[in-house]
Amino acid sequence: MVKIKSLADLQKLKADMQTKVDLREKGESAENLVQVKVAMATCGIASGAKQVMEFFMDELEKRNIEAVVTQTGCMGYCYAEPTIEVTLPNQDPVVFGYVDTKKADEIIEKYVKEGILVDGIIPVNYETIDDKNK
Amino acid sequence: MHLLVCGGTGCRASASDAIVGKLEKELEEKNLQDDVQVVMTGCFGFCEKGPIVKVLPDNTFYVQVKPDDAKSIVEEHVIKGRKVDKLLYRDPETSKEISDSKHMGFYKKQLRIALRNCGVINPESIDEAIARDAYAALAKVLGEMTPEQAIQEMINSGLRGRGGGGFPTGLKWKFAADNKADQKYVVCNADEGDPGAFMDRSILEGDPHSVIEAMAINGYCIGASKGLVYIRAEYPLAIERLKTAINHARDYGLLGENILGTNFSFDIEMRYGAGAFVCGEETALIHSMEGERGEPTFKPPFPAESGYLGKPTNVNNVETYANIPVIYLKGANWFNKIGTEKSKGTKVFALAGKINNVGLIEVPMGTTLREVIYEIGGGIKDGKKFKAVQTGGPSGGCLTEKHLDTPIDYDTLIASGSMMGSGGMIVMDEDDCMVSVARFYLDFTVEESCGKCSPCRIGNKRLYEQLDIICKGKGTLDDLDKLRNLSHVIKDTSLCGLGQTSPNPVLSTLDNFYHEYLEHVNDKKCRAGVCKDLMQYIIDNEQCVGCTACARVCPVGAISGERKGPHNIDQTICIKCGACIEKCKFSAISIQ
Repeated sequence: MVKIKSLADLQKLKADMQTKVDLREKGESAENLVQVKVAMATCGIASGAKQVMEFFMDELEKRNIEAVVTQTGCMGYCYAEPTIEVTLPNQDPVVFGYVDTKKADEIIEKYVKEGILVDGIIPVNYETIDDKNK
Repeated sequence: MHLLVCGGTGCRASASDAIVGKLEKELEEKNLQDDVQVVMTGCFGFCEKGPIVKVLPDNTFYVQVKPDDAKSIVEEHVIKGRKVDKLLYRDPETSKEISDSKHMGFYKKQLRIALRNCGVINPESIDEAIARDAYAALAKVLGEMTPEQAIQEMINSGLRGRGGGGFPTGLKWKFAADNKADQKYVVCNADEGDPGAFMDRSILEGDPHSVIEAMAINGYCIGASKGLVYIRAEYPLAIERLKTAINHARDYGLLGENILGTNFSFDIEMRYGAGAFVCGEETALIHSMEGERGEPTFKPPFPAESGYLGKPTNVNNVETYANIPVIYLKGANWFNKIGTEKSKGTKVFALAGKINNVGLIEVPMGTTLREVIYEIGGGIKDGKKFKAVQTGGPSGGCLTEKHLDTPIDYDTLIASGSMMGSGGMIVMDEDDCMVSVARFYLDFTVEESCGKCSPCRIGNKRLYEQLDIICKGKGTLDDLDKLRNLSHVIKDTSLCGLGQTSPNPVLSTLDNFYHEYLEHVNDKKCRAGVCKDLMQYIIDNEQCVGCTACARVCPVGAISGERKGPHNIDQTICIKCGACIEKCKFSAISIQ
């Protein structure tokens, strides 16, 4: 791996990574990827997040949907674990709670394929440090 | 088009199910069911104005919606595209209607600084962390600031230790920087031990790079080249992710020799604790890392003078570190505008207990308990009555109804007889007995006391016994005085923070719930029905039909009676397990 030796290196890497992440999130690339993040902290895993993540990986591939499935940390909604966040190209991310494999199937069929929201959305109820800038 | 209906428990109680039904019916009548979907969501965190209906894609936010309003929402908004004015939220200050929830910053009670990347990035990808500004603060500090300037910036930010004590972080750094030595250490305290607290674990599992980066900055400021993370072995996933993150940072040269082309070198090692509560105390933690018994020693000398291996050492908590990169990136003046006069920034709480939205939350200092419990937390479970909220774990106390509107910060919590602690917040309702709660915490303290000083070792044990006697209905008024006196002695004479704060749960419940203690002592009654020795299960002969279901389920054979005749419970045999009351179909059994 290439070492980062200066601030300029770091900034370049950051810019590269941001474009990469942006491309993925905003779907400006040719593929228009769907992004699924699964909250995989200890508590999420304990309530079945691993199975849900595997389900998404397998099923999205089987159903020929180009998607990136990644793990992330705690989203804070302990009462609704497992929780996932789905970002469709050019759309704001949507968080779903109480996701078991049955719900995951519904999310793929309804939301990912047709853009129809399903029960169990968790509204964003916090500000980020970037909001606070404005 | 989507109509989102809040299905949080609070809104559900005020008929959001009926709203969904009505909306669907209206849509069907207009033959719109295929174009407009009605979706039930989780809590919006604005329960006082519930039920809430949000319309997508235009983000219209309707409050206090009644089932009968479904008609106007469908006819006006969905069909004609006109917002239903009377259902819009009015800004309490300007009394202007606000229609677009994107402008409703005020209902977002939470601000995520320490949790900024948790649930956003993949914690095992350093690239994703860098895309979200990880290590940019380190680069800024190394490139643009002297250690003195960086420490001054930390002092200006007003950040105070998030582990519970609330000592100003910048000052702590200054003390460690001022002590000259050939080797100094930076230690991250990840020995999170309060029952019900999991803030630090979530940060380490969700955003380990924020802690690594802040430790490196800390090292640069005080002149330390070595960092240690003291983490409990019970957190295997946090350990694994932190290790991965440290390795990635080394691969990129963000840890190691000559970081970012400067003269500064820094690396981090891990140390595992066996999960002893007292090891969260910094001197005990240091001894445990040195391979000694995890016991505290008297301060001074403070770790800033003589810490790990006798060298100047700075110990900060995980959440404290997680705040630090943002402070350098956005500046101390950005940070110190958030929060209250003496407590700056935000605090992460693990919200648990009898509350609808159990979760990990982060709110600006100065948020009231009412906002946390009723808006973010969605109120008390099953519509029960709020009784108390416990903050600060075994070192804290219980706050009551009268404290609900107190803004939360370090100093107000102490003034109310509790403390910030590391951020556990346990909500209790009418079914919780406050004497038993105090006994629970003392049970924990007795278990976790290291035994080095006698006030803590023996005193807490005596406190526990006294509380146990009261819970068993054998206490006297004299015992209540003894409890109070002994508590003060333990507080005044214990060696470390554990003993100095362990009587807090007793003192705060004595202050706020003295009547419950009196009931236990005088009337031999436990109003919450928790203390088994003070309860009796009684069968009402009028109601009992003699089905024998209770007698069959009783594990100790305490219930007797003829078939089809009234039954009786022998109080001398009954163990008060409650099996009979669950089985009885005729509500003939009651607790007295």
